[in-house]
Amino acid sequence: MPFIPHTEEETRKMLDAIGVSNIDELFDEIPADLINEKLDYVPPAMDEAGIRRLCKNSAQSDGHYVNFIGAGAYEHHIPAAVWQVATRGEFYSAYTPYQAEASQGTLQLLYEYQTMMASLTAMEVSNASLYEGASALAEAVLMSVRAQRKKYRILMPETINPAYRETTETIVKNQGITISNIDYSGDTGTIDLGQLNDQFTDDVAALVIPQPNYFGALEQVDELVDLAHKQGCLVIAVVNPLSLAILKAPGEWGENGADIVVGEGQPLGIPLSSGGPYFGFMCCTQKIVRQMPGRLIGRTLDAEGKQGFTLTLQAREQHIRRSKATSNICTNQGLMVTAATLYMSLMGPAGMAQAAKASHANTRLLVEKLTAIDGVEVVFNSPFFHECVLRIDSPLDDLVREITAEGIIAGMPLGADFEGLQDCLLVCATELRTEEEMDNFALHLERIVSKG
Amino acid sequence: MTELIFEQSTAGRINNAQYQSGTFSIDDLPQALLRKTSPALPEVSEMQAVRHYTRLSQLNFAIDTHFYPLGSCTMKHNPRICNEAAMYDGFSGRHPLSPASTGQGVLSCLYDLQEILKDISGMSEVSLAPMAGAQGEFTGIAMIRAYHEARADDARQEILVPDAAHGTNPATAVMCGYTVKEIPTLDNGDVDIDALRAAVGPQTAGLMLTNPSTLGVFERQITEIAALVHEAGGLLYYDGANMNAILGKVKPGEMGFDVIHLNLHKTFSTPHGGGGPGAGPVGVSKRLVPFLPVPRIAESSGEYVLLDKNDCPQSIGRLSCFMGNTGILLRAWIYARMLGREGMKRVADYATLNANYMKVKLEQGGFDMAYKSRRATHEFILTLKKEKTETGVTAMDFAKRLLDKGYHAPTTYFPLLVPECFLIEPTESESLEELDGFIAAMEEIRRESVEQTELVKSAPHSLPVRRLDDVRAARKLDVVWQEDAV
Repeated sequence: MPFIPHTEEETRKMLDAIGVSNIDELFDEIPADLINEKLDYVPPAMDEAGIRRLCKNSAQSDGHYVNFIGAGAYEHHIPAAVWQVATRGEFYSAYTPYQAEASQGTLQLLYEYQTMMASLTAMEVSNASLYEGASALAEAVLMSVRAQRKKYRILMPETINPAYRETTETIVKNQGITISNIDYSGDTGTIDLGQLNDQFTDDVAALVIPQPNYFGALEQVDELVDLAHKQGCLVIAVVNPLSLAILKAPGEWGENGADIVVGEGQPLGIPLSSGGPYFGFMCCTQKIVRQMPGRLIGRTLDAEGKQGFTLTLQAREQHIRRSKATSNICTNQGLMVTAATLYMSLMGPAGMAQAAKASHANTRLLVEKLTAIDGVEVVFNSPFFHECVLRIDSPLDDLVREITAEGIIAGMPLGADFEGLQDCLLVCATELRTEEEMDNFALHLERIVSKG
Repeated sequence: MTELIFEQSTAGRINNAQYQSGTFSIDDLPQALLRKTSPALPEVSEMQAVRHYTRLSQLNFAIDTHFYPLGSCTMKHNPRICNEAAMYDGFSGRHPLSPASTGQGVLSCLYDLQEILKDISGMSEVSLAPMAGAQGEFTGIAMIRAYHEARADDARQEILVPDAAHGTNPATAVMCGYTVKEIPTLDNGDVDIDALRAAVGPQTAGLMLTNPSTLGVFERQITEIAALVHEAGGLLYYDGANMNAILGKVKPGEMGFDVIHLNLHKTFSTPHGGGGPGAGPVGVSKRLVPFLPVPRIAESSGEYVLLDKNDCPQSIGRLSCFMGNTGILLRAWIYARMLGREGMKRVADYATLNANYMKVKLEQGGFDMAYKSRRATHEFILTLKKEKTETGVTAMDFAKRLLDKGYHAPTTYFPLLVPECFLIEPTESESLEELDGFIAAMEEIRRESVEQTELVKSAPHSLPVRRLDDVRAARKLDVVWQEDAV
């Protein structure tokens, strides 16, 4: 029997010990009319060779595409050692470190992860991770409302990833929180400071600042943070962790830095995998740590005065506080964070900076090549990190389909989410894209656009 | 103790193999937006990093190394083929926003998983979007809220939760803007149905129930409970944490539940990964289908497509940036296909056999069971109240001593209703020898607690660290390493 070791003889011995004649008797407390062992859909069992063949075929049929798409998930180099070590059984098949003495490996790793994230963001505290980036923003919104007391409005710029706004709305909408949109400037593709100024009413708990924003453009973070703080608002930064190898860390934005920093951890060694599992990170200032959701690992001493690691501030969490917890969240994304910690260790500050710089330089090169085509132009006049919005004089749906057929994922069409950007495509070239791939993309794009 | 990776760092050490070659300018970016000081990440060689984390891994107990009978967590074997196949390039390399036409392989697997979960749960429709059990709970209660709101039934502001429930249940109800009312449990482990009858009314939005309950027993009055809540106009939420006990035997939909979540990292053996990622799909009865979260995977004339908010206008919305923990869903699907039709029921059969065998043997060995007269489900509760009174040795001491003997401790002090308790869940993957070994270890610890009390009270002795000072950890908060601290 797959994954069940019992021999017939052992089963018999166990039934005898219990004092029943068969296994069905063990279910005698279940009302008989509820027992239903009939399965109509589930197919017969497959063996390992069979399932491997089926998976290989399915994976193969999805093929291999050259990605010029980002929009929240990015194809970066993942060192081979990352997943070979992360999937060691001792990491892969352990659980939440409730028994600290038997989980020092996971606990120390998470403490190291927290240290790395705090350093990358220049914040005082990091938790042990949340599900992914968008829901991490929702948790940050809830946290800011708890920290601010009786302020229930959040200023959310249009330049945030639209899926982040939707996720946040789903998660916070039943707690009396209002999300107010802040427009972007059609010239720069960044937060419209003039319009923002009028939005600071007494009930605003926090301003959300994405950096780089969804369009890839860089926001004027120093001015934004100072403006928000002057108005008594907290600042929630939403950042790409790889970009922080070269971009100013949120803890250093403006006079006093951001208060809460969240984002998608996927660029740190996590495969694209159609959208998950990834992990969300969350960092904050010491001042509001007790409002933070999720697992937190602390360093302490054991009975002999030796250093050790344990889950801490558990009094915030659902298994202790129940209905008064900071969140219903029960786990972190342990395995993904294991991979991210390995990634950051293997890359180091220089390796990550180099990957970030190369992604930036590649995207500039791509934009240069694509905008050399008649009918393709850059939309916003702003510096960008590794994504850029292009206006293309050709029906985008057809264009994306045709380019996909050439084995290229062209980018993210923005029309469905942004009025006025119907003919716009968000493109990205990470450090993995070669000049040859870019030329090939340009070649096909030119062919399609010139057809009119 | 293992040195921290930061303490092994040497300024200027670069991993050349991981370092993208070439010179790349960022001169076009405004100086004011650039980082001035490098982050304090470790500067180590590939070998140092690999050695360090390999050594750290060896400090863990895991299913792959130890019997791990953590109650309510279903620590069953994680077949390696599930990981291997989920990491195939075609699966792991696909961008979540690439057109659905480039993902027919992965979408066909996920669609098949949805259908399998519908079959085993008896629900009308399933969504794979929730990323963990707690998010599945949130999704379920948010749908219950959306349902009542769509009917303008606004007086329903209360969620009923048995006092034995997981902490996530009341926390979730509050996240959805509800107040929580606890329903007491009878001494036999069943819900106090008179108290429930008195509690339901026009203010009741729904009831959250785990069945088998967290007390390791099957709620026998479930049909009556469902009728009571439904007659009052409320809906029933099924917390699928304990689905392993009834997989292929009982369908939650047929018990009267309107919405359920399943923990795939429990019942469908996806890795616990040191605390995640999980996956918490939800299943719903017909009346809740319009409220399911997006994106939904559907089939349309032989092609798999993703439905969004435009296709599902009443949806509660999106739960994450993309489409949930796809890689975990794939692992669960592989496991489900390997169990197949005949294997589902077998899981519940042998999980229940193992638990009942342990319960009987431990009882014969002189341990007290919290619900003596009841049949164990896939787990059961043992109370060490007597041992504590006689020797002063607590459930925590027992747990730590078990670690010394090479067994991960069961869940301790949960559920909160039973003093000095162990919630023990062996799962179907464990062999008779392993169960007997654990039982013998328990008996040995009891002998030790009489003859060598201090040995037990000061356990563990053979692990990388001795018992840790949790109070200090909370008071002198040290969550980020700094040179020269501690």
